[in-house]
Amino acid sequence: MDLRFTEQEDAFRAECRAWLEANVPHGLPSGDTHEGFALHLDWERALFDARFAVVSWPEEFGGRDATPMEWLIFEEEYYRAGGPQRVTQNGIFLLAPTVFDYGTPDQRARILPRMARGDDLWCQGWSEPGAGSDLAGIQSKAARDEAAGGWRLTGQKTWTTRGAFCTHLFGLFRSDPAAERHRGLTYFLVPLDAEGMTVRGFGRLDGDEGFAEVFLDDVFVADDAVLGEVDQGWSVAMATTSVERGLTLRSPGRFLAASDRLVDLYRDAAHVADAADPTLRDAVVRAYIDAEAYRWQTFLTVTRMTDGDNVGSESSMTKIFWSELDVRIHEAALGILGPNAELGDNPWMKGYQFALSGPIYAGTNEIQRNVIAERVLGLPRR
Amino acid sequence: MRFAFTDDQLAFRDAVRDLLANECPPAVVRAAWDNADGRSGAVWGALAEMGVLGAGAPEDQGGLGFTLLDLVLITEETGYAALPEPFVEHAVVAVPALPDASAAAAGQQLLTAALGGAPFVPYVASADLLLTEEDDVLVVVSRAGLQIEPESSVDGSRRLGWVEWDAAEPVGDAVALAAAFDRGALGTAAQLIGLSRRMLDLTVDYVKEREQFGVPIGSFQAVKHHLADARIALEFARPLVYRAAWSSAAGDPEASVHVSMAKALASDAATLAAQKALQCHGAMGYSFEYDLHLYMKRAWALAASWGDAAWHRARVGRAIL
Repeated sequence: MDLRFTEQEDAFRAECRAWLEANVPHGLPSGDTHEGFALHLDWERALFDARFAVVSWPEEFGGRDATPMEWLIFEEEYYRAGGPQRVTQNGIFLLAPTVFDYGTPDQRARILPRMARGDDLWCQGWSEPGAGSDLAGIQSKAARDEAAGGWRLTGQKTWTTRGAFCTHLFGLFRSDPAAERHRGLTYFLVPLDAEGMTVRGFGRLDGDEGFAEVFLDDVFVADDAVLGEVDQGWSVAMATTSVERGLTLRSPGRFLAASDRLVDLYRDAAHVADAADPTLRDAVVRAYIDAEAYRWQTFLTVTRMTDGDNVGSESSMTKIFWSELDVRIHEAALGILGPNAELGDNPWMKGYQFALSGPIYAGTNEIQRNVIAERVLGLPRR
Repeated sequence: MRFAFTDDQLAFRDAVRDLLANECPPAVVRAAWDNADGRSGAVWGALAEMGVLGAGAPEDQGGLGFTLLDLVLITEETGYAALPEPFVEHAVVAVPALPDASAAAAGQQLLTAALGGAPFVPYVASADLLLTEEDDVLVVVSRAGLQIEPESSVDGSRRLGWVEWDAAEPVGDAVALAAAFDRGALGTAAQLIGLSRRMLDLTVDYVKEREQFGVPIGSFQAVKHHLADARIALEFARPLVYRAAWSSAAGDPEASVHVSMAKALASDAATLAAQKALQCHGAMGYSFEYDLHLYMKRAWALAASWGDAAWHRARVGRAIL
């Protein structure tokens, strides 16, 4: 065990810090609005030009071949510098790992560099009106069109994050109408401007148009739009959910930065008698300790992964921990703000509303607790 | 950055784990509640023979020169077994603090410790030497110099005593005193991690077997979620314990804060595990004849000692706010 960063890791951190401090834009409007999204894309492209968009990817696709530890360091520095949420995250962090694992060489070459550059913007088409936590209840269909050499997609996806601003959708469709539940699904990659596609944005809790409904009416896609094997979409998708639940979607850096901001907020407010309340002080300390705990649990996990251990279902613990920590961090901040918490331009209230989505998206925390009980603790399924 | 134990550290942990699984089953812990000294009998000698008790002493004193990082996994196992002994006080706190620990390393001398304003001392009536504090320095008092008033604990095996003394011998300065206290807090945190694991293991086994409504109660979502919560608390406390052990061994100037973060989360994790374990055991767990309470009560006692969670969070608060 050596908990010091190596010289190489320190040098990488220094390079990240210097560039990010000089280049991170401050005060961007929300990336979940039309005007904000465009500005965020400019930032994403600046990141790409500096080869910071996808540091863990191979160099041939625009990355730096960074180790998992270096990727964590980049994330720490990104959020430390005040970097905005990545509007490209669903492509880069959720789809790309699956393309690396299941994509053909042609798919990798066609999809990944354009994704890294921000030319193609990917949204996730999994949830449907009747398939949320019960993802295997997907009804959208893929019908084989042998004559045209492809598939015809029909159905509806919803709660699609930033769907109204993206160019492409990755999603699951029922390709074998006779199969039930998680069998007979296929993973498709679909351009949102295809004929028969209708995208309608709608507001999230905070009012931003960050959600979309996607209607597919006999949308034709060629065979090369299938990721992985036909009818094997469930296992391909599960590889992505495991990635999503675990590290890549919300690494510790984000919460370390949030807990640092909370500490600053408390210090600035401590002269106000109400804010010096010992309950609030304790809530700040708890948030700080929990963010540290997530950081060190991640270093432990990454070392295990590097040593070849499989950490699969344990990522459900990580997802619960960071999502509930994020809620606690924001609750503490609102407590410190007192009556000012309700003010319209208060970023902590905006952040609180977003934090409340954490225990819901990427598999609700209720589902994650079932996964922990069944796959980590070995308790019987129903 | 490499956050993993060495093969040697893991092998030593496994050897201690096997010894305690064989020699310190629940029956030994239960027997300690009723015997004269509250202790484990032959287990202590077996640990001395394996070199565990004096491992923190230098090799020329019969020790193994172990750092806190080398000791942390072993200490966690003594928690898992609820070893009824002042293991942390002896092996983790006092042995590395004494000018000559050879008798303690050989198991001929029992050491205990009370630092950080601890009002009473575990197993002091059995101890040959007490490591404690006086005027901000670290001192030892021999048994002959102690007046002891026995006190009981919620954990019937933990024999406590209020102590007074006239003459003490200084063995370390304020820096050594602070380091010894941190070793006690961290060793106790490691035991709490072990206790959490034990209570979770006992409960997972129980809810797989226990049937109500014709099915194992572990198939019910409400039960699953209780145990998932206890498992998550353990998952995120443990790395802070190991990290603080490394910081202490490496002489990191922030080690005290790291120890406090570890003890705060370990205390909370063990308290949560105890409560969830009891709830999932139902009335079975509430029965004195059933073993669960042996581990719960140890967890409560240790969560409160060497600084409870609130005390340690306050110490972190002073460092960061």
